[in-house]
Formats: sequence, C-alpha cells, structure tokens
Amino acid sequence: MNRILNLVERHTPGLAGKRHGASMAIIRKGKSFRWQRKHLLGLRELTVEEITHVLDTAKGLEEISKRSVKKAPSLRGKVVVNLFFEDSTRTRNSFSLAASRLSADVIEFTQKTSSVSKGETLLDTARNLEAMGIDIVVIRHGAAGAPTFLSKNINACVVNAGDGSCEHPTQGLLDVYTIREAKGSLQGLKIAIVGDIAHSRVARSDMWAMTKLGAEVTFVGPPTLMPAEAGRLPVRISYSLDKVIEEVDVVNMLRIQFERLGGNPFPSIREYSHYFGLTVERMKRAKPDIVVMHPGPINRGLEMESEVADGRNSVILQQVTNGLAVRMAVLFLVNQAAVEAPA
Amino acid sequence: MKVLLDARQMDRLLGNLAGEIADRTPPEHELAIIGIRSRGEILAQRLANLLSRRLEKPVLCGTLDITLYRDDLNSPHADSQPQIRTTEIGFNIDDKVIILVDDVLYTGRSTRAAMDALIDLGRPKAIRLAVLVERQGRELPIQADYTGCKVDVEPQQSVQVSLVESDGKDEVIVE
Repeated sequence: MNRILNLVERHTPGLAGKRHGASMAIIRKGKSFRWQRKHLLGLRELTVEEITHVLDTAKGLEEISKRSVKKAPSLRGKVVVNLFFEDSTRTRNSFSLAASRLSADVIEFTQKTSSVSKGETLLDTARNLEAMGIDIVVIRHGAAGAPTFLSKNINACVVNAGDGSCEHPTQGLLDVYTIREAKGSLQGLKIAIVGDIAHSRVARSDMWAMTKLGAEVTFVGPPTLMPAEAGRLPVRISYSLDKVIEEVDVVNMLRIQFERLGGNPFPSIREYSHYFGLTVERMKRAKPDIVVMHPGPINRGLEMESEVADGRNSVILQQVTNGLAVRMAVLFLVNQAAVEAPA
Repeated sequence: MKVLLDARQMDRLLGNLAGEIADRTPPEHELAIIGIRSRGEILAQRLANLLSRRLEKPVLCGTLDITLYRDDLNSPHADSQPQIRTTEIGFNIDDKVIILVDDVLYTGRSTRAAMDALIDLGRPKAIRLAVLVERQGRELPIQADYTGCKVDVEPQQSVQVSLVESDGKDEVIVE
C-alpha cells in the first residue's frame, strides 16, 4: 500500500508542475520505467505504474493544444485508422485530433460506409487496412474482446476505443486524469459511479483505474442496471444515490444507454431521474467541492439537471479536453513500444 | 573518472556566461532564458537569476521538453525510453532573444530538436545557444554562442554534469 501511495503522491500534477527541477530530476533518475505495451486493450491488466506513466505523458502533451502551432512531429509518417463499428462522435473525433496533433495520418472507417455492410469479417477488414500500411488501429466494436482478437491477428498496434460492455480504457484514463487534476491524487477518495452500470464499459474501466490508484468506488443504480458479476468486483454496491451523495468526493453520472437497454429496467424516465438523477436538490447535500463528471453525451434532465451539468462543480468539458491529451499519450506510447519491439 | 569542474569552477563559468550574455545583448532586446530538460532547466534558472541581478530587472525563464521533437523516436532505444515531460514557458516567445541553455553540447541533435520545438511556439527575434560544456563530435551544423568551457574527450567517454538541485552537488566529470 505504501508503495502505491508513494507513486500516486509523486505524480500529483500540482506538485510535479510547481516543484522545481531539483526534486523532479531526482525522481527521474530513480525511475527507469519502460512502457512495453504496443496495444491498449483494457485497464484491468495495467499496473499502477503504467497508468501513472500514461497520465504523466498526457500532462506533457497538454501544452501542444494551447499553442499557436498545435502540432508536434512525433508520429510523422505513421498511419492511424479509426475502425468504428458503433456510433461515436466524441471518442472518434478525439482520437482523430489526437493523431493529427502528433502529425500522423488518419483514415476514418465507419461501418455504414464500408464493406462490412457487404459482409466482410472484422479480421478481413483489418487485414485489408493493414495491407495499406497502417501502424495503429483504434477500434470500437459491439463485441467484448474484439480488440484483443484483433491484436492477436495483426501486426499493427491496437487501441481499444470501447468493446461491448467490457472496457473503454481511454475514457477510464481521462477520468482519472481529470480527478487527479481536480483533487491532486485519487488516494483515499470516495467515488460514486451512478446509473446504468450493467451496460457501461466506462464504469468498468473507471473502476479498474480508480481502485488501482487508491480510490474507493461505489456503483450506484437500480438493481436491474447492476451487472450480474458486481459482487465479485472491487467495488461497493448501493441502490440509493441519497445514501452515498453526502460522503463522496467525486460522482460520475453515466449515460442511460437507451440503445442497449432491453426490457424495462426502470418504470419510467421520471422515476429513474427521481431516484438516480443528480438534481440541484441532491447537490445541496453533497460536499461543496464534489467533482461532477459525465462521460457524455448527456441526457439533460435525466441523469442530471442542466444547472448541475453546467454548474461550478462540473468538470464535464474538462474531461473532453483531457481526453485529447490522454489519447495523444496512448498513441505515442503504443507506437514507442512497437518501435522497440517490432513484430 | 576525472573531475573536470568542481563547484567553485562551475560557479565562475556560469558567472562568465551571464556576463557575456548581458554584454552581447543590446539593451533594447528582450531576453528570455529557456533551458532544455533536465539539466539545462536548472542551469537556465541559475543563469536567469544571475542575469536579473546583473541587469537589475526580472529575466524571463522557461523550460523546454524536446522529447516530441527528437529525431530518434522511431529507432529502438537500448538504454532508456524517451519520456515526455512538460514544457513550461509562461510567456510569449515572439520577438524575444531566446538564450537556449543546455548542459553539454555534443552531437547538436538536442539543439536541433529544441529549435524546432521553439519555432512551433512562436517566432523569436533570435535563438542563441549557451552551454556549460562543449565537446567535439557535432553531427549537425550547430555551434554554441556562449560556452562555459571546451573539453577534449574521446568519443567513448561521457561527460556527466551533476547539479546541486538534482544530484546533490555541483560537479562535471569525464568517464
């Protein structure tokens, strides 16, 4: 535990940013960490050190988006393909922009406009793309495990941009990045993840990253939206937002994924919102410095009231900004690993 | 191992560097000192302090991380993996005379990367290079404008700069 604590404290952005060269250089000397993954498939398999390394790398990349020439040449000549079998605006654009900021070329591939609609298999599609000389595949797919399958069958780097209800690692990373930025560290924080946990890959990736960095995570939602395996996960379960709202430091409100819901998991939208919505009333009982998050897109008035989404505790837009830096870091790191360990 | 500079000698050389920079920069030009991570960052801070005392006005100082601009990112690294750190330059570099600071000038590749990184941040009036130690072995047409000292070392030897802030003492050794 002590070791984890040290790592987390060491990488507190506030400290790292303000401390002067002195102590930072000492840290650097003692640390000969090497990133060795050419695929980012999920956060479950990542160590604390690896997660922290991505966050620290992202910190250094933030600056690129703030200057006049928003580009650095480190992925020049590399080709990134966005292979999206499910709809996405934010994540896809974020990956495209991240790749462009590092000077890579980007191919956009969406199911509706591709040969997949003519019956091509995932592997054939990927192999054809690979034959064009791509270096990194960013994949979103409805089936859990699709990115892993791909990583075993092609030479390019594979980055998971969401697979079924399994993982969405870059979202998990940007969420812990945002919390670290707001709170300094995750160690000892109480975090509630609220809503449709069962269908949420964000909840799972968040859980892995947050608990590894020392936070205590509670899944909150109606029993019908809790995953069957919830009892075996390193989280607490609560069916009442009212019971946890007063004690948490961070609340992450998940989107109700109407497109994935089967049956009637809750009687009505109004009732869901009444019990699990983040309302102005509920916010009055929360800690004054509670951090309010949402992976987007928001169903305003359902998961949270507009006043809360746009309120002073909300970091929702910061999450989007940070997502860019985190995705740049991931693309940079998987490419580094591929350079050092060619297939 | 041979000690090239001790703390006292290093102090004197930094003082000389600051003096030379002050003397050769026309007063109407605005100076800014930018150090290349990591040793250059500390040397830049020291030089900025010396200069602001000498010129009796604050001298801007920043830190540049050149990892993204290295020319060896796409070659395997046997020793240590390039690690991205933050660039911290809290001012606009346009129209300023930038003194780029590094500990050792050797191949010139770090300087090339630093110049490219700076150009992406703006358009300085000029970029000048100040280094504590200069050794032979340039691989690019790059030279220092301000040099602390020049040393003659064999290609297989390395010049190690230690600084109080990062290593506990001021010293330059050749090994």
